[in-house]
Formats: sequence, C-alpha cells, structure tokens
Amino acid sequence: MNDSNPLISLKGITKTYGKGDAAFQALCGVDLTINRGEFVAIMGPSGSGKSTLLNLLGCLDQPTGGSYRYGSVHVENLSTDQRSLLRRHAFGFIFQGFNLLARTSAADNVAMPLIYHGVSMKERRQLAKKALETVGLATKLKSVPSELSGGQQQRVAIARALVTSAGTLFADEPTGNLDSHTTVDIMNMLTRLNEQDGITILLVTHEPEVAQYAQRVVVVKDGLIESDTWNRKPNLASA
Amino acid sequence: MIWNAFLIALREIRRNPVRAFLTVLGIIIGVAAVITMVTLGRATTQAVKSQITGLGSNLVSIRPGASFGPRRPDSGIPNFTAKDVEAITNQIGGLAGVAPVTRSSMGTIYRQNARTTSVVGTTADYFTINNWNLTTGRFFTDEDARAGRAVAVIGQTVVTKLFEGDDPIGKKIRIGTSTCEVIGILTSKGQAGMSDQDDTIVMPLTTLQRRLVGRTSTANISEISISIEENADSDLIIEEITALMRSRRNLQDNEDDDFHVFNAQQLAETLSSSTQMMTTLLAAVAGVSLLVGGIGIMNIMLVSVTERTREIGVRLAIGARAREVLLQFLVEAITLSSVGGMVGIGLALLLCVVLSGAIGVAFVFDAQINLIAFLFSTAVGVIFGFAPARRAARLDPIDALRHE
Ligand SMILES: Nc1ncnc2c1ncn2[C@@H]1O[C@H](COP(=O)(O)OP(=O)(O)OP(=O)(O)O)[C@@H](O)[C@H]1O
Ligand SMILES: [Mg+2]
Repeated sequence: MNDSNPLISLKGITKTYGKGDAAFQALCGVDLTINRGEFVAIMGPSGSGKSTLLNLLGCLDQPTGGSYRYGSVHVENLSTDQRSLLRRHAFGFIFQGFNLLARTSAADNVAMPLIYHGVSMKERRQLAKKALETVGLATKLKSVPSELSGGQQQRVAIARALVTSAGTLFADEPTGNLDSHTTVDIMNMLTRLNEQDGITILLVTHEPEVAQYAQRVVVVKDGLIESDTWNRKPNLASA
Repeated sequence: MIWNAFLIALREIRRNPVRAFLTVLGIIIGVAAVITMVTLGRATTQAVKSQITGLGSNLVSIRPGASFGPRRPDSGIPNFTAKDVEAITNQIGGLAGVAPVTRSSMGTIYRQNARTTSVVGTTADYFTINNWNLTTGRFFTDEDARAGRAVAVIGQTVVTKLFEGDDPIGKKIRIGTSTCEVIGILTSKGQAGMSDQDDTIVMPLTTLQRRLVGRTSTANISEISISIEENADSDLIIEEITALMRSRRNLQDNEDDDFHVFNAQQLAETLSSSTQMMTTLLAAVAGVSLLVGGIGIMNIMLVSVTERTREIGVRLAIGARAREVLLQFLVEAITLSSVGGMVGIGLALLLCVVLSGAIGVAFVFDAQINLIAFLFSTAVGVIFGFAPARRAARLDPIDALRHE
C-alpha cells in the first residue's frame, strides 16, 4: 500500500437524507482509503448505508459533508456535468437488476456507453464484440435480454461496464438476483478481471460467500465503518 | 451526438411501430389536411376563375334589380325595352355585340318525353357574346329573327334528356303552346355553380314573343348581354352604360340604380377572393389538428420518459450528461413528428390526386405549402417534445435506477 497516492480517499463523509424532522443520517463520518487494483467487498446489515456509500463513491450522489478524493480530483468540488464525465471515463457500474435496455441486442447494450465517447459505429461494434468475448458471450451478440438467462444478462452488464476500459467497477449486490451456481461464475469473472486486468472493484453484498472473493472486507453498521479486514493481501505490491 | 440520438430515435420507433404510428396520427392527419385544403382550395379558385372567364371574358350583362341574383317578379322594377338595346348599340362605343335576352321556364315535349327547360329568346349575336359553339347544325340568323321563324338551338342536356339518342336536327319539338324546329346543337359548357348551363333552348326573341308568349310588348327584355371589344376600357364602358341606363330609366341623382351591371371579370375576382378566404379558414382549422397532434406527441413522450426511467438512469450512470439525455428525447420527438409530417405529405399527395379528380379540378403540386407543413410538423416536435425531454434530463440517476 502506498498511502501517498491512494485511488480513493474518503474523510469524514456524511450523508443526510431529507430535511428538518424527517432528516435521516445514513452515513455519520466515514473514513476510507482504497488503492488502485483492490477488490473490496462492503458488507453490513440491511439499512446500514452500504448502497449510500457505494453511490457516493461512484459519484452517483453527493455527500452532505466530508471530502472525497478520487486520484488527484476533489470530487466534492465537481459540477454535475463534471461528475458525469468522471463516471463516463473512469467508472463502470453493475446493478443487482442488470438494467439492460429491453428489446435491444446484447451487442447494442454493451456498445451503448461508447456512444457517449464519440466512438464510431464500426469501432463500437468491434469493442462490444470484444467485451462480450471477455465475458464468454461471443455467441450471444444478437440476443435481446429476454432471451438471456439472469447470469448471462449480468455478464452482458459486466461487458457494458468494461467496454469503456473503466479502471473502477462499482457493483451493488450484483449476484443478488442470481442462484449460487451463477453467482460463482460471476464472482470468478470479477476476480479474474481484478487479478488479470488490475481493475479496482467495489462490491456491496449480503452474502459472506460472495465477500470471500474480495481481498478486503469493509463492514458498515449504522452509517459507520465497523470493521475493515483483509482476506488476503493484494498480489500487486507496486503502486 | 445528434446523429446518434437520431439513430436511437429511429430504433425506438422501430421497436414499437404501432405506438409510433398512433402517436403521430394527429400530425399525419393535420399535415395531410392542411396541404389538401390549401392545394384543393387553390385549384378550385383557379377553376372558378377560368370557368367564369369561359363565360366570355369581355362579357357584361345588365339586369333589372339592384343586385345580381334572383329577382322578385313583383318588385315593380321594370324590364328593359328594345329601345334600350337600340340606345346602347348606337350610343356606346367599343362594343363588339349587344343582344337582348328573355329567359323563361317552359314546358317542352318531344314524342312521349316532356320536361321543363330554360328557354332563351335573343338575337343572333347572343351566341358569339356568350362564347357558345355548335357541335352540329347552325345558329339562327338575323334573317330567321326578322321573319320570326320557329327555329331553336338546343343545349346538350336537352339533347340527352329530351331526345334520348335521336338525332334532334330537323326534328320538331313543342315549346309551350307552339312547335319549333331544332336547327343546331350547342357545345357543352357544363355546370355554372348550381345551374346546368346546357339545359337551355335558344330561339329568336321575335319568335318567342310572337308565337309563344303571345304578346309583342317591347318592355319584356330581362337581360341585355354585351361583349366589349378586346382592347376597350371596360370600366369606362360600364360607367357609360350605367349613365345611359340611368337617364333612360329616369332615375334622379338621389335614387339608386334599379338595374345591375354584371362583369364576368369582376365576378371572377370576387369569387376567387372568397374561395381563397374559405381556403385559409379551412387550412387554419386543419392547422388546429396539427396542434392537437403535437399534444399527442407530448403525451406519448411523457409516458415514454416514465417507462424508460431506468434506461435514463443507466445512461446517466454511465456518464451521459443532462443535456445529452435532453437531446436524445428531443430528437426522438422531432424524428417522430417529422416522420409523421412526411407520411402526411404522402397522404396529402394521394388525397389531392383522388379528390381533385373527383371534383374535377386540375391538381398542381405546391412545393411551398408542403415545405411549410413539414417545417411546422418539425416545430411541433420541438415544442411538444421539449417538456418531456426536460423531465428526462432532470432525473436523478439514483432515483431513476431505483424506479420500478
Ligand atoms: N433516498 C432516500 N431518502 C431517504 N432515506 C434514504 C434514502 N435512501 C436510503 N435511505 C435510508 O438510508 C439508510 C441506508 O440506506 P441504504 O440503501 O444505503 O442501505 P443498504 O445498506 O444498502 O441496505 P440494503 O442492504 O437493504 O440494500 C436506510 O435507512 C434508508 O432508509
Ligand atoms: Mg442496498
């Protein structure tokens, strides 16, 4: 670990939903440092603030207080559009519900983020095909989501998150809708992406079996980090 | 980016073609209606103009009564006399021809067929003044008129209805209480407004007065038909005729004219200006349906934004900016309405061809109105697509992703 140049650095992050009497503090001062190439699982009981934390990390939401640095960027100072651009170039998202576009082929689903990168149609096709090959769906380019199993849909979603060569993947309960067998598939794939391609992965899960795949487990409770433990040390020592 | 938004829009339309069709139905109908109304309106105006000019472009006719149209017989306004006709012929310059006209509705009989027809009593000049031509036979001559011969020239409707296929030339028909020989058949002129110009029998005025009406009163000319020479100043001549008739009819300066001078040219202009107004009015009504069509688009786009909230969430999550989402939905609305506009133009083309055939006017493709209608449909897309697009762009990514 190289503390002088962490990928993500949270200091005293708070998040309050609502105002006045109805206000609810979901995060009560979170400090967290994550380095490039880490595979972190965020666990904790329901309602503890896991999703809230992940959304803040993924710049989908803004903290009420505290500071967030991503690399050298002070995220809390960014405008809405700037945060969009940060997500576009650096982040990939995987959701519990897959969130693929209905009646749209796997290839088109995967190619969709590239539209916002100004990539030509031809190149989009090539990149989408490559990303789908990476997740083992080379034969399903033309299939629409309703023709794919849950595990296959989630793999399309992973391909969509990878296609822009994002350095950081955010996954909120990516295996929540999948059976145990498919869960193993997906987790193996994420582990491979983390180990082979050096992609930083932040993953929210309920299941200890899923958390096992991560190098590091952060447990959140009542809006605070309760524990932060290592399953195994990251194999890349260099920063 | 716009190109991509356009492609996404086309894919959305292809994904649900039935809904897209229903969405733009209002636009299709609106555009088709506006174009059809304007095109047919202009064609009708043109047709009315040329039809009236066909009456005889230099035709002027004088009738008793203050205004053109049916006259109450008991109005006490006197008819013209043969002396009036004479006075106009002798005192007004620049006239190509002057003919007295008496019109009466009379029973006509040929063998077992009987029907009522408009019978015109006049002089030989009548035919040239009113642009009548012959298909067969001959017109009656001044000689026929002087001699008061019982001869008649008949219109096409009389030929078909009364003779039913017989060759009428040389045949005798009964008109009123007397018998006449048919000597000529007129070329068809068709309808003029409500009345059939071909349902007519023309005979010498003298014959009509002596034999049929049975009186020789000189004061029963109900119309004087005049044609003005090609290069003469028709306004001036009409003024002169008016002045002459006023003095002949002993009208004081403070009295209004008790006769009416009708000019074909003038009528053509009046009528075409009123058909033009009608056209504008109808087009405006049709334009309202374009607006209603716009509301239809807004409605469906709002539904679409709600339906696709998760999609919008995904797009925002992967880094689409608000303005890019706005653009996408705006382009979608514009694409829909423009496609609707194009279909409407196609439909209008079809309608114009069919309808102009049905009402018998010449169809002329009018690029200007087609372009205007198309641009208007596009504008409808912009205006009514904006609110839904802005709603989409303002969504919060997390809320949108959570949307069920
Ligand atoms: N938009 C919101 N408005 C108000 N309160 C919210 C909102 N989102 C989350 N909360 C509250 O914040 C708390 C943390 O929510 P969060 O979704 O982060 O929990 P979680 O740890 O992801 O739970 P789960 O495991 O059930 O998904 C919860 O008590 C929740 O009710
Ligand atoms: Mg959650």
